[in-house]
Amino acid sequence: MHSKGQGNGERTHRSADARAPARPPQRHHRRKGAVFCVATLLAASAFAGCSSQTGPPALTWYINPDNGTQAKLAETCTTQANGKYRINTALLPRESTGQREQLVRRLAAQDSGIDLMSLDVPYLAEFANADFVRPFTDEERQDLTEGMLEGPLEAAQWEEDLYAVPFNTNTQVLWYRKSVAEQAGLDIGPDAQLTWAQVIEAAEQTKTTVQVQGKRYEGYMVWINSLIMSAGGEILENPEAGKDVRPALDSEAGKRAAEVVKLLADSPAKAADLSNSDEGTTQAGFAADNGGFMTNWPFIFAAANDELRADIGWARWPSVTEGEESRPPLGGIDLAIGAFTKHPDLAVEAVKCITSPESQKTYTLAEGLLPTIESVYDDADVKKAFPMADLLRQSVDDAAPRPVTPYYPDITEAVQRTWHPESGVGDGTPKSAADLIVAVLHDERLL
Amino acid sequence: MTTTATPAPPAVRRGGASDRARSEQRLAWYLCAPAFVLMLVVTAYPMIQAVWLSLQSYRITDPESREFVWFQNYAVVLSDGLWWRDVAVTVLITIITVVVELIIGFALAMVMHRIIFGRGAVRTSILVPYGIITVVSAFAWQFAFAPDSGFINTLFGLENYDFFAQFGSSIAVICMSEIWKTTPFMSLLLLAGLAQVPEELQEAAKVDGATPWQRLWKVTIPNMKAAIMVALLFRTLDAYRIFDNVFIMTSGAQGTETVSFLAYRQMISRTAVGLGSAVSVLLFLTVVLIAVVFIKLFKVDLGRVRGDG
Repeated sequence: MHSKGQGNGERTHRSADARAPARPPQRHHRRKGAVFCVATLLAASAFAGCSSQTGPPALTWYINPDNGTQAKLAETCTTQANGKYRINTALLPRESTGQREQLVRRLAAQDSGIDLMSLDVPYLAEFANADFVRPFTDEERQDLTEGMLEGPLEAAQWEEDLYAVPFNTNTQVLWYRKSVAEQAGLDIGPDAQLTWAQVIEAAEQTKTTVQVQGKRYEGYMVWINSLIMSAGGEILENPEAGKDVRPALDSEAGKRAAEVVKLLADSPAKAADLSNSDEGTTQAGFAADNGGFMTNWPFIFAAANDELRADIGWARWPSVTEGEESRPPLGGIDLAIGAFTKHPDLAVEAVKCITSPESQKTYTLAEGLLPTIESVYDDADVKKAFPMADLLRQSVDDAAPRPVTPYYPDITEAVQRTWHPESGVGDGTPKSAADLIVAVLHDERLL
Repeated sequence: MTTTATPAPPAVRRGGASDRARSEQRLAWYLCAPAFVLMLVVTAYPMIQAVWLSLQSYRITDPESREFVWFQNYAVVLSDGLWWRDVAVTVLITIITVVVELIIGFALAMVMHRIIFGRGAVRTSILVPYGIITVVSAFAWQFAFAPDSGFINTLFGLENYDFFAQFGSSIAVICMSEIWKTTPFMSLLLLAGLAQVPEELQEAAKVDGATPWQRLWKVTIPNMKAAIMVALLFRTLDAYRIFDNVFIMTSGAQGTETVSFLAYRQMISRTAVGLGSAVSVLLFLTVVLIAVVFIKLFKVDLGRVRGDG
């Protein structure tokens, strides 16, 4: 196409050349002037188009995709603000990694259009360290975090300062089909603490599956982190050291965790698509005829149909060592204020409204995600919607946070890459993860 | 410039010619200037910026530790097994897809060229895949091969075989999707080449008693060699930069990562701008190398395809 256009141009030029003498130069100048005029006019009108605005200041809240409840809360809070501000929502990508990528890109360019953001918990340290989010003052902190759970609140801090207000929290439990557990002769209830070995064995006996998130993505890191911490270990020894961090997963605990992964990967009870499974495919696999056990977030209970729901039982997330309690995963969304916002004071007010007990109750009931305020767990409606509320509450308290470090994206990628696929995990896996983490943080290897 | 060098033509003519030449040259500059400036702004500037960044150790989320490290990033990339693995995977995908596309594309071009009935309908239906966004087609193929929602397993009685659980089958699906999507482009370029083969030559060969097979190899293909080479060049350049299919189907798991994906992960996911730029610059150089090899070694004449050469 391109070369064809050029060819034609050449030819017409040549023939014009043969017939007519060159035009006087002044005409070019005049034409050039006209072109500049038009260009300037166009540019001016384009800019003018952006600046016209009426009404109260608009706050833009970047939200992760949900079933529409964050947008609803934005409306509610806009109404409650009574003309002081209004909240518009902007949707982020579906996966947590993609959400972070967009926010980092915008905030690195000092985008003042991000007033509020729903931030996945593990990225807070990175954002705070890079001054992408605005810290809360001590007064604001007292006002905003009253009655909040210890775990989520700790995860919202970096170097003693509060950089976000926990909006919801999340944890996983072991979901099982009551019929399958009965068949396997397991006597379990909400308080039971099974080991992974027991769960896998029960599934093998009953020819059912154990569904876990094993795709190479953040959900797999969640599993690995909880396995290592349940075995009494940690991924990083001193996460606050930034680049000079010492990995701690090349340890007895790391090897025990690897054994569990390998045990499932070699078992007939693994899902056929283990190395590609995420929250959605495990949910489907659990609902299938040969579904037996699954670790997953509580949203699956709200999403289950009546028939399935009657057969679902729940117990604490499985442990690695018999007789020791597990450290279930910790997830959740924090509400942070963009560092470059033009309306920091209004944003703080909006955060207060969005994270209020009423808002959290609405969100919990509509989305199946857990509140961060203690009192909401005791609410009658919440208890009715989540018969396992007590177990969830306990799991959040005992949960294993992912390493809090500004280099979290590198850490999680390095772990995912070395631990994937599950069938290749072995005794040497924790060491290769540890080596990769150190090399990557010092720019000595690619990730 | 040449006019000033020629020895002593008549004074008047010389002055006139050089005036005209100069004003023409000026006109040419005026005409080219907007495009030239635009090219500098949107192409040259980012390229220079990338080279500059590739000489630094720099993370967007940690601006304080930014430092100039000369060619260290390139040393890291080129000494890393992952880079070479990704290059090998990309080359593998490129070779498989381009060869298969050439064969199927040629067959389709023949069909489009020779067909008498329903010409429009056939041509349109052949071109449909090319009109679909790569990401969408990648999702379509992924869903088709997924063990839970896909129809392929049911169709071939594979039960719950997971195509994306190992290298071989993942690459196969990625290549199939790529081939399905871009063969129409190949066949379009080849169709243009077919249209250039003079009908008289075909008839002469027929009169001489050449079989259809002989006519294909001795008449058609030699006469459209330029079009074939250009089609190969375009597709090779495209295939080497494959990203979407891998991104959607495996996210680089099972060792299916390609060079573009590697660059994306260093640059966008890790925001390691220095290392990411080094990978991008190396990717760019590879693409340039492919183009140079095609043009110099295989003597691809880009002018030939436009039909007026």
